[in-house]
Amino acid sequence: MNDTPILEMKNITKEFPGVKALDGVSFRVKKGEIHCLVGENGAGKSTLMKVLSGVYPHGEYSGDIIFDGELQRFGGIRDSEKVGISIIYQELALVPDMTVYENIFVGHEIRNGMMVDWNETIRRASEMLKKVRLDVNPAAKVRELGVGKQQLVEIAKALSKDVKLLILDEPTSALNEQDVDNLFVLLGDLRAQGVTCVLITHKLKEVMDIADSVTVLRDGQTICTLDAHKGEVSENVLIKHMVGREIDNIYPKREHKRSDEVVLEVKSWSAYDPSRERNILEDNNFTVKKGEIVGFSGLMGSGRTELALSIFGNPDGYRVQGELTLNGERRSFKHPQEAIDAGVAYVSEDRKRNGLILIQDVRQNITLANLREIARRGVVDNNAEIKVANDYKNSLNIKTPSIEQTVVNLSGGNQQKVSLAKWLFVKPQILILDEPTRGIDVGAKYEIYTIMNRLVEQGMSIIMISSELPEILGMSDRVYVVSAGKITGELPVEEATQETIMHLATRN
Amino acid sequence: MSFFKDLQRVLRQNIREYGMFIALFVIWAIFAILTDGIFISSRNISNLLNQTGYIAVLGVGMTLVIVIRHIDLSVGFLAGFLGAVAAIAMVFWGWPVLIVIPFVLILGLLLGFIPGFLVAQMGIPAFVATLAGWLIYRGAILVVTEETGTIVIPNDIFNAIGNGYIPDIPGLTFMPEMHKLTLLLGIVAIVIYIVGEINGRRKKQDYNFEVLPMNIFVLKLVFVSAIVGGMTWVLAGYNGLSWTVVVMLIVVGLYHFVTTKTVLGRHIYAVGGNPEAAELSGVNVKNITYVVFGQMGMLSALSGILFASRLQSATTTAGTLFELDAIAAAFVGGVSAAGGVGKVTGALIGAIVMASLTSGMNLMGIGISYQYMVRGAVLAAAVIFDVATRTRK
Repeated sequence: MNDTPILEMKNITKEFPGVKALDGVSFRVKKGEIHCLVGENGAGKSTLMKVLSGVYPHGEYSGDIIFDGELQRFGGIRDSEKVGISIIYQELALVPDMTVYENIFVGHEIRNGMMVDWNETIRRASEMLKKVRLDVNPAAKVRELGVGKQQLVEIAKALSKDVKLLILDEPTSALNEQDVDNLFVLLGDLRAQGVTCVLITHKLKEVMDIADSVTVLRDGQTICTLDAHKGEVSENVLIKHMVGREIDNIYPKREHKRSDEVVLEVKSWSAYDPSRERNILEDNNFTVKKGEIVGFSGLMGSGRTELALSIFGNPDGYRVQGELTLNGERRSFKHPQEAIDAGVAYVSEDRKRNGLILIQDVRQNITLANLREIARRGVVDNNAEIKVANDYKNSLNIKTPSIEQTVVNLSGGNQQKVSLAKWLFVKPQILILDEPTRGIDVGAKYEIYTIMNRLVEQGMSIIMISSELPEILGMSDRVYVVSAGKITGELPVEEATQETIMHLATRN
Repeated sequence: MSFFKDLQRVLRQNIREYGMFIALFVIWAIFAILTDGIFISSRNISNLLNQTGYIAVLGVGMTLVIVIRHIDLSVGFLAGFLGAVAAIAMVFWGWPVLIVIPFVLILGLLLGFIPGFLVAQMGIPAFVATLAGWLIYRGAILVVTEETGTIVIPNDIFNAIGNGYIPDIPGLTFMPEMHKLTLLLGIVAIVIYIVGEINGRRKKQDYNFEVLPMNIFVLKLVFVSAIVGGMTWVLAGYNGLSWTVVVMLIVVGLYHFVTTKTVLGRHIYAVGGNPEAAELSGVNVKNITYVVFGQMGMLSALSGILFASRLQSATTTAGTLFELDAIAAAFVGGVSAAGGVGKVTGALIGAIVMASLTSGMNLMGIGISYQYMVRGAVLAAAVIFDVATRTRK
């Protein structure tokens, strides 16, 4: 290892409409090292890597990328691959029904004139598999391999393209311990062979195990780059850098009328996902009291959304075990409709994907979940519907020219309010808010918080799932921390700090 | 000047809605010129609409299937098969017509649940599930007509559905060549339309919604009234309204009501617009899938009845290519393959457009080979128009 950088990203700025995702980020990776990139959700790690790999081509960002001593202007992923940069994403990009050797060379097939040279392909594939220490038949279908082995196939694919810089985005999130150990041994091998690695990870223990250097990003800015071999890195130091922002004073106060009346109690709640062939939730216990906001904190992919959905009628078809008691009564919901009827509402995390019907108007979206209330004998009463929609438009201050406006044309904050209005109209007792303020501006956030306070003061209970620590601390009465499908801790908000939560969230 | 500017703006904003009416108008005008007016003669228009009936009802059902992002290829031969079943029930089993028709409709509904089950419960792509149905019903027609070949239906009531006209008001002697009841119904329809539009506009103004400028609004009323009036006048000049047209209008009216006014209709369009969001909003996507395929089966039965009645017989080839005509009618009528968008009234217009092309080109003596090409081109143009106007938003 020496000090010459293989990669230097200088002053990278990338803006999305309304958000500065990267704000003058600098990122320097030395040749032949394992460099970890850490930061909270939304800190800008993925965006930075997309700039590097050409997903956002030159011109969509400002700043310079210098790779291997040359200024690079990537027009697309192919350009970055050509100079030797490969990214392996969390969701693997393999074709499950093709064989291992086909997958390794897909997109850069070895040719013999017009034809694919299969003999050479299989020979080279076997070589690559040996390099990544994967002992499988190259003719096996990728579908038949476990996730850990599939990941090694991805790495073999990267090596077959003569990779100089290998980027792994959360490579261990779906792996068991054995596979993680194997992967790390392999990364050590690659380092010895001169391949540089950038590892994006949430698991600080892994950083301690394997990193040569660490760069911390926060809110789209580089906070620091630390050298692991100079003893600069410890979990506490990293957490401090990751969360070390001031909590802005953007959380409206509310009158606390704490009640001890438990409305929802969930016991030994587990769920098995047949499509992922593993338990996604393991033995969770929690309660929700009347008139409180319960925060569910944790990192993305920790199982918070799955926990909420498994309670809300289980639309994804997990195999759920456990007890759910609502108002002192044992219940189990087989469809969201049953949960809605029982007084549970779920405002989804991704309003565009599964929250709203974007091609329909504000009015139709607001009334969708409770059309029965404004219908007589199956016929919708138009006047009643218009009145309901206008009432919510006014009380939630939805900024739209009319309730006949198509939802796709509204801003994120107003879309979120429409989504919220839809669920308030079912008049729930328990409102589950999954990332209620993601991707909306500060003003709209404040309005949503004010609405939340008003609702709990009226006696509603809110479960708030959020990846933003300040939001969790600013809004919750109690906090549960979820990590890898399990609640790892419960904290009254007075005892919770960003550091304690981050410790619990990076366990497992 | 501002009138034309307004008109231009309104047309541009509502191009998707008005587009196919304009297209139909243009097609009729062109054929009227090219055939020296024969195309818009009472007799030809009446025949054209009667030929549209069995495709239009399929197109209406197909619109809902496409709205929820599926397809049904089996409807053509299912219609043919159920038409044969109706013929057998009347001719060989001696069942009365009033039993046969509901029996066949219910049979169609039940058979429609089969692709519903395969798609909703088993997760099989609708294209494959209904292609299997296409093959099976094609075989089934051959099986039931194997011994007899074409089954002639000697029942006057049944045959009147496809060939008969509504009776006239007895005792009126003025205008002997015109069908008075048809004229009366036409006038009633125009009055109901105008009153409804005016009420709707007033209500919208009460809620401060955007309404058409007054002059454009009047123009629209005049335009639609003229079309309805003109159609009535033309039909009244030749036997009046046929039972086929009555059935077609009832089906379209009923479906228009269900899709625009009821909870069920809302749920269907919600599933089409975003199935995941609909499911999370408490809509049972599986049940909706059953309902939509079930009604498709029932309308296939109706289509089979209309066709058998028109031919006064059940044949071994009944239903051939109906499914593709129905799909074409739905797409020409503005349904979007991306789901969630499309009106049943559009499918009616789409079916009339396609039938008009056939009729007009027949009158002009254009060969069948070129007819297929022209209809294909119109279908492609309709979908290109749909995609182009959708992305511009």
